[in-house]
Amino acid sequence: MRKVLLVGNPNVGKSAVFSRLTGLEVITSNYPGTTVEFRKGYMLLGEEKVEVIDVPGTYTLEPTCKAEEVTCEIIKEATKAAVKTGDIIINVVDATNLERNLYLTLELMELKIPVIVALNMWDDTKHRGIHIDLKQLSDWLDVPVVPTVAVTGEGFARLIGQVYKVRPPKIRKHTRDERWEDIGRIIALAQRLEHRHHTFWEKLHDMTIKPETGLPFALVIALASFFLIRALGEGIINYISIPIFDNIWTPVLLKLSGWLGGGGLLHDVLVGRLIAGRIDYIQSFGVLSTALYVEFAMVLPYIISFYLILGLLEDSGYLPRLAVLMDNLMHHLGLHGFAIVPTLLSFGCNVPGILATRVLESKRERFIASTLISIGIPCAALQAMIIGLLGHHGLLPVMVVYGTLGLTWLVLGLIMNRLTPGFSPELLLEIPPYRWPPPKVLFRKTWWRVREFITEALPLIMLGVLVVNLLYYLNIFDAIAGVTAPVVSGLLGLPKGAIVAIIIGFLRKDVAVGMLLPLALSVKQLIVASVVLATFFPCIATFIIFIKELGWGDMLKATAIMLVTSLTVGGLLNFVLSFF
Amino acid sequence: MLIPLNKTRNGESGIVKDVGGGDGLKRRLAALGLRVGLKVTKVSGMYFLGPITVRVGHTQIALGHSMAGKVMLEVEG
Repeated sequence: MRKVLLVGNPNVGKSAVFSRLTGLEVITSNYPGTTVEFRKGYMLLGEEKVEVIDVPGTYTLEPTCKAEEVTCEIIKEATKAAVKTGDIIINVVDATNLERNLYLTLELMELKIPVIVALNMWDDTKHRGIHIDLKQLSDWLDVPVVPTVAVTGEGFARLIGQVYKVRPPKIRKHTRDERWEDIGRIIALAQRLEHRHHTFWEKLHDMTIKPETGLPFALVIALASFFLIRALGEGIINYISIPIFDNIWTPVLLKLSGWLGGGGLLHDVLVGRLIAGRIDYIQSFGVLSTALYVEFAMVLPYIISFYLILGLLEDSGYLPRLAVLMDNLMHHLGLHGFAIVPTLLSFGCNVPGILATRVLESKRERFIASTLISIGIPCAALQAMIIGLLGHHGLLPVMVVYGTLGLTWLVLGLIMNRLTPGFSPELLLEIPPYRWPPPKVLFRKTWWRVREFITEALPLIMLGVLVVNLLYYLNIFDAIAGVTAPVVSGLLGLPKGAIVAIIIGFLRKDVAVGMLLPLALSVKQLIVASVVLATFFPCIATFIIFIKELGWGDMLKATAIMLVTSLTVGGLLNFVLSFF
Repeated sequence: MLIPLNKTRNGESGIVKDVGGGDGLKRRLAALGLRVGLKVTKVSGMYFLGPITVRVGHTQIALGHSMAGKVMLEVEG
């Protein structure tokens, strides 16, 4: 099968082009390094089925960092085969940054495979005062040049049409200096810049990246995000989720409960134990009551609101600015500023967060960042449950949990930076322009992420509740609780039954927090339990991705760090809180 | 007058005359659009020797403080 490779600089819209060509759903954002994996899809060219490959961004074919090495290797492999199989490259180019993008274009042409240039973000050139003479450009390069707007689909019919016609370019290998000289000539011929006054976005850029204004702005964004996510999540819970459960689902369950005779193993597993003759969605603990309620009425609303706000931050282009502002701090943790992006993603789910650490240069950085994420960053599902549980007691206990986790993350980072051999490389990052996030793209992306959460979390939540029920029936927990009591009760000050929640936390953290409720914990105990659950073993999904990305050795090291951290922090917190 | 990029003031511009620090850094910076002969404007610098943000053409780049120290600019005056 013929292949089409999408190659280009980071953050030029390759993934959006890929999504257009193949109809596949791909997450796009406005920062370099959104795509860290190769993605394959298919498109139909008339009768012919063609494979389309979305390649992570690179500035040149001579790799300048670790992440680019892999990319360059694969492009070279693919191009060796390409001459025989008739593969082609679509070089996606940021039309507002023609000069820099053309370097890769020239390098690709020297590989002697057919190249089509897609001048993407074409609509942006107009209001930024950039005029590109398409004819001059494609004559000089002697390859087809097609202006495109991947977000709207403009230019795609022509782009696809070119795939039939394109031929391998006939140019010799150039030196680096020769390429830059050529680019100078092309730009002089084909591009004209109009002088524009500072636009609103440019002023915003300066404001948000200068430390004296940028740091307060970052604080405002962080607080605003937190409260917006909270307000939106609560809104969905109170006005949509709870009414649906109370008015529609409860009558159905009660009917089922009647049929099942109001008790017995099957009844308790499915509907849960009735409490005073009624279904208590949190304490009944049935697969069809508590499991569904935890997923849809407690966690999902926060997942929706979190990803909406995260998407807004991603697509606006704010995150790379945050990376610059946080660079100093992150260096103390053995990372550089861009590590803030995987860290923020992890507040949704640790799995994509750890995957996103691929943008970091060294194995050392990836290990530190991933370990810190698994320990200090609670995922949205866990946060939703913590807020659901502690929110009734006011903002203060919630803030104590976040404060403790933040401090743990910081102190652990400082220690790991000292103890892990190696150094943290300096930041070098392109700052993309601010863009107004297209609502359609934003809503679609949020929907994909929410849907993925439902399909991946729902079976595990139901399984978790099922396992808990069976283990209770088999009296296994009592045996375990007896063994772990000295640590759980002695060190952490929790009832010995809390070990059950900690164990179930390995399956799903949200179910684990739900299991704390029947224990009737005090506020202090809830705080300690929340922190221990967050810092202890990550859930199984995070575990698996950790092994896949960093190997067993690093995972075992991280696990040892987790155990020590979790018990130390939990014990200390229990001790400190006993004074209040 | 030649001065290193990390010693310029906000808003100051200059022409890149030299990029030190070996071939690797030179290539990495060139790939991002920062290379000899181009005009660079410093946008801001972070406190405590933090990263420097510069504008080159239509691109903005943030680079570490000591990396920026290896980029020599010729500024007017």
